[in-house]
Amino acid sequence: MSALLVAQNLVKTFGTGEAATRVLRGLSLTLEAGEMAALLGPSGSGKSTLLTILGTLMKPSSGQYTMLGQDLIAANDKALTAFRNRHIGFVFQFHNLLPDFTALENVIFPTAVREGRETAAARARGRDLLVRMGLADRINFPTAKLSGGQKQRVAVARALMNGPELVLADEPTGNLDRVSAMRVMELVAQINREEGTTFLISTHDEKIANLCRRQIVVGDGVVTG
Amino acid sequence: MLYALKIAARYLTASKAQTALLVLGVAVGVFIFIFMSALIGGLAEFILSRTVGDISHITIEAETADPAILIEPQGQILAVVERGRVRTASLSDADTWLPLINGVSGVIAVSPQINGAGFLTRGAQVSQVSVAGVEPGRESAILNLDGYMVDGVARLGAGLVVLGQTLADDLSLSVGQTVRLQSSRGVNAVLTVSGIFQTGNGGMDQARAFVSLSTARTLFAMPQGVTRIEIKLRDLNAADATAMRIRALTGLDAVPWTDGAGQLMEALNAQAQTGYFLKTFALITIVIGVASALLLSTYRRRPEIGIMRAMGAGRGFVVFVFVTQGALIGMMGGLSGAALGYLALLPFPTRDAFRAGTLPLDITQGSYSLAIGLTVIGAILASILPARSAARVDPVTAIGQ
Repeated sequence: MSALLVAQNLVKTFGTGEAATRVLRGLSLTLEAGEMAALLGPSGSGKSTLLTILGTLMKPSSGQYTMLGQDLIAANDKALTAFRNRHIGFVFQFHNLLPDFTALENVIFPTAVREGRETAAARARGRDLLVRMGLADRINFPTAKLSGGQKQRVAVARALMNGPELVLADEPTGNLDRVSAMRVMELVAQINREEGTTFLISTHDEKIANLCRRQIVVGDGVVTG
Repeated sequence: MLYALKIAARYLTASKAQTALLVLGVAVGVFIFIFMSALIGGLAEFILSRTVGDISHITIEAETADPAILIEPQGQILAVVERGRVRTASLSDADTWLPLINGVSGVIAVSPQINGAGFLTRGAQVSQVSVAGVEPGRESAILNLDGYMVDGVARLGAGLVVLGQTLADDLSLSVGQTVRLQSSRGVNAVLTVSGIFQTGNGGMDQARAFVSLSTARTLFAMPQGVTRIEIKLRDLNAADATAMRIRALTGLDAVPWTDGAGQLMEALNAQAQTGYFLKTFALITIVIGVASALLLSTYRRRPEIGIMRAMGAGRGFVVFVFVTQGALIGMMGGLSGAALGYLALLPFPTRDAFRAGTLPLDITQGSYSLAIGLTVIGAILASILPARSAARVDPVTAIGQ
């Protein structure tokens, strides 16, 4: 396996002066392509901040971060937006689907926004992904009518739509019951095995973490294990 | 950007009641704009038709020639020259110019006339009158004499005269009776009243007598030429430009009606300015309404904007989504308001049928395209601030909301 991303000495400080809070304190991390890793740590340890920085949604105060050989610290907002669209997928704790759109429309959003229109090819891939997620009968359902587990599976399908090398999942099962949580994780593991997509999953749940081949523990702003 | 259009349309249809209210608000603004345009335009049309509709739009009058000064070759002579008072000035070459003037674009009627002063006498009753000699068949070319007849017909011919109602009453005259007319040149003629008119213009009804051009030639001893050429235009607002063209074409001193109508023009301009203010306020209301509604929408949709940004939507895409919403609202409101305005104006009489006491709303002056165009532009401008605000949304903060 080769390194998909390399983060070195990441420091992130929020606020200034006496109110300054240093969340990441020189964190370094390398993820290999095809890995499925769990990100563990207590609340406030910097897991979400790390995922946000790795997802290019936020820049660190200092440090280096490269993915697929590209320096993502120096890149501007436009370049980061395009990079994120093409190479990174997100799954959030509260699914964060677009409420006025159907399941299929949500799934194909990343492709449609890049191409400027909803192509037949995008629709076909979106349908395939939803079928794979066990949502064949919910393809054209408004997302408001889906259950929590179904919404999260739509969110996973959306994260995979552009065939990203990396999917970042922040507590993806935190809002689901045990059965739904395990269903989602099984799907994630299957995709990781079959397509080699790298997953970095932030979780408090040890059972979920145990499904991952690697556990990364973050504590006090650095990787501790 | 087709996809941004879809998102914008979806956002608008997702909140149907809110969008309907917003479009209604814009439509009311456009309705006011159109209503004010029709009212101000109609009012101006009404005032103009009542004041200058029945007068000559361009007038060419004979210039009184100053006598020549003969100066001795040797020495200097100081001379005071007084303008001749005996001969009436005339446009002796009128027949040459008439076809040329008739051919000028926008000219709809040309009336050569011989005008002068005279006295109407009936028994012991004498009234001073202004005599207008016009060509038979062109009685209504300038003043719509046919439309103002209250008795008899506006028919001029040898030995016939058409009088104003007040004048006829003063002399106790009715159609078919005879009256003596003495011109300022001292020529007398006995004429039969063929018609009596009432224009509502006191001066005209009290002191105007229309005779045929040939009768006027006899009365004012003018065997050829005319004293005045009156011209009517299709568009009275084109009088200045057309007068200039006629001057260039004939060398005659063509005077538009706007010369000496300064006060009327000032009043009309003031009225138009009032209209502009009201229409501007209507547009400002539209802009504020759209901007506030979209700002609210931006705030409400911050989490979604954050998701879109996280999924790879650029700032330009977000801006386009909100600006498109503004444009769609403007377009829908503009079209609805224009349709409402048109329907509301339909029951009112057309500009040709304006009557005193009715609201002079001119359906043709609703400025529909302008109203729709300005509304769409205004709505787009109004959406820029919310759109820029949306594009600046921090995805991390927004998703966390």
